[in-house]
Amino acid sequence: MTGRRSLIVRGLACSRGGRTLFHDVDFALEAGDLVWLRAANGYGKTTLLRALTGLLMPDAGTIARPGGDAPLYYVAHANALKGDLTVVESLRHHARLHAIELDETTIAATLGRFGLHARRHASTRALSQGQRRRVALAALALGRADATWILDEPYDALDAEGTAIVDALLVEHADAGGSALFTSHVPPAIDAGRLRILQLDAGLAT
Amino acid sequence: MTSATTVFGAILARDLRLAARRRVEVLLPVAFFVVSASLFPLGIGPEPQTLRQIAPGLVWVCALLATLMSVPTLYATDLDDGSLDQSLLAAGSALPVACAKALAHWLLTGLPLTIAAPLLGLLFDVEPRSVLALAASLLLGTPVLSLLGNLGAALTLGVRSGGVLLILLVVPLCVPALIFGSGAVVALDSGLSARGHFSLLAALLILTTLLAPPATAAALRIATD
Amino acid sequence: MRLSPHLFAFASPARFYALASRVTPGLWIVSIVLALIALYVGFFVAPTDATQGDAYRIVFIHVPAAWMSMVLYLAMAAWAAIGWGLNARLASMFARAIAPTGAMFTFLALWTGALWGRPTWGTWWVWDARLTSELILLFLYLGYLALVESIDDVRRADRAGALLAVVGSVNVPIIYFSVKWWNTLHQGASITMSAAPTMAQTMLVAMGLMTLAFWAYAFAVVFKRTQAIVAERERHARWLSASPA
Repeated sequence: MTGRRSLIVRGLACSRGGRTLFHDVDFALEAGDLVWLRAANGYGKTTLLRALTGLLMPDAGTIARPGGDAPLYYVAHANALKGDLTVVESLRHHARLHAIELDETTIAATLGRFGLHARRHASTRALSQGQRRRVALAALALGRADATWILDEPYDALDAEGTAIVDALLVEHADAGGSALFTSHVPPAIDAGRLRILQLDAGLAT
Repeated sequence: MTSATTVFGAILARDLRLAARRRVEVLLPVAFFVVSASLFPLGIGPEPQTLRQIAPGLVWVCALLATLMSVPTLYATDLDDGSLDQSLLAAGSALPVACAKALAHWLLTGLPLTIAAPLLGLLFDVEPRSVLALAASLLLGTPVLSLLGNLGAALTLGVRSGGVLLILLVVPLCVPALIFGSGAVVALDSGLSARGHFSLLAALLILTTLLAPPATAAALRIATD
Repeated sequence: MRLSPHLFAFASPARFYALASRVTPGLWIVSIVLALIALYVGFFVAPTDATQGDAYRIVFIHVPAAWMSMVLYLAMAAWAAIGWGLNARLASMFARAIAPTGAMFTFLALWTGALWGRPTWGTWWVWDARLTSELILLFLYLGYLALVESIDDVRRADRAGALLAVVGSVNVPIIYFSVKWWNTLHQGASITMSAAPTMAQTMLVAMGLMTLAFWAYAFAVVFKRTQAIVAERERHARWLSASPA
């Protein structure tokens, strides 16, 4: 799992409302990387993540994705779920949107893994916060193995069981050749050897 | 990066499915259409000749307002729940999103209004031939209104009091469609040919279909940046 | 698009601020002098019109105001587009500064149109093609102002305004054409506010002078307003505290 880079960031800088959030951000993501982005509140973590996805134009710097056609998936603070759609319909829409081939067994397996099987035909509106978060994260598991994941507070609203599922999901994704960059206020229960930490102040230090 | 047509199809299918779950809400613009048009006889007087004369313009104005009133929610919920981000991310471009939204809006608002128009024709005692012309002009004109409303919604995305602001922004741009659309029916009523009006309306539709979606895509980018 | 080095130098808000301070007083003087001359010529020197009497005199204000309203809208759209496309801060500020002045001229054109209409047609308003187009132009200005004022993020407001102004510019010919069409179709003999075909030479002189006066005024006001916008947006920059107001 060496050398194949999925994301290269050079000299990234962003400001909001006239205030510089960060500048001269340099780092690279490789296949198999699990990166925990750390910073205090208000230091532009979400802005950085949005810039990495291409949804936001940075003030300066370049973001390169040399990984061929490897897709990029983003789970934001908001779960991107429609209240009137059921869990299954939400997953199907996500799959359709990202041109992911889906069959019944895969859906059933994913739902089971995330503890959503019993509620699979419930409208997402009827779910708890934690359950909705699980649906958003379950969508990740449907995607390609070599994908780059950008996750904003994935552990938000999850209970102990949910947290463990995400920990396992991340490690499994890295093992399969994917990469992930995420933020979290609590330290993830991932082996220190597997996890890389990026500290964001007004600059970057590994 | 998913292909544009796939994203277009996915968003369209989802929005139509969501609308099917909220049938009452979908019919609200049509209800507004009928109710607002019915106010005019109450305000102006029930004289049949007068009503017959003002009917085309009146129906068109009410259709315009009904269309624009249902536009703000087009993107607002998508912005709030994060699905707009996902749509933009999947496509890499805002164009399929803009196109899908505009088509969905027209299918759910413009088309029902066009179908409801003959009912108003009945209320205003409009001649059958003119009713047909009115429906035809709305068929060509409501897509223009949806496309322009779409642009307004993207520009005012997330802005306070966006609904009223949107109407102020978009109404001047809708004036040509209003003039050609209602003018066609008025011309027919006066015994003149409406061919010129319909040609201009069709040309306007083509022009708007080509230019509005890219502008809307740019507006979405500006709003989410 | 290659801009001359001179122009580029003034593309910095700081340089522009200094330039504006030097130039604006002169513009005010030019504007007032020309306006006074134009008013004198228009109201006193030009002869009374055979068909419309003295009422037509307002045309030497009405027509230049209408021209200004149109030109300023296009200028506003152009500067906004440059600011958006080239990411030029000063260009976006220009566009914002032009908008209120453009709207003012539109309002002036409508008001003088009404003053003309009253003695000529007996009503304060007629729905002729030009006045109606002018009214819609006022709505376009108001829409632009409302949009840029409602968006808190300055950069987003500038860009959204630029897009709206460009869309408006593309629409203006279409709107004008459709309104003309509407007007001629609905009233057999069209009611127009066009001045009498043969206008006295002196009246044309008055119109020309008024146009120049309006231009000088527009420059002065837009420069002043841009300075205010620059001061507000660049208030953290050091060069501002060093220079006089």
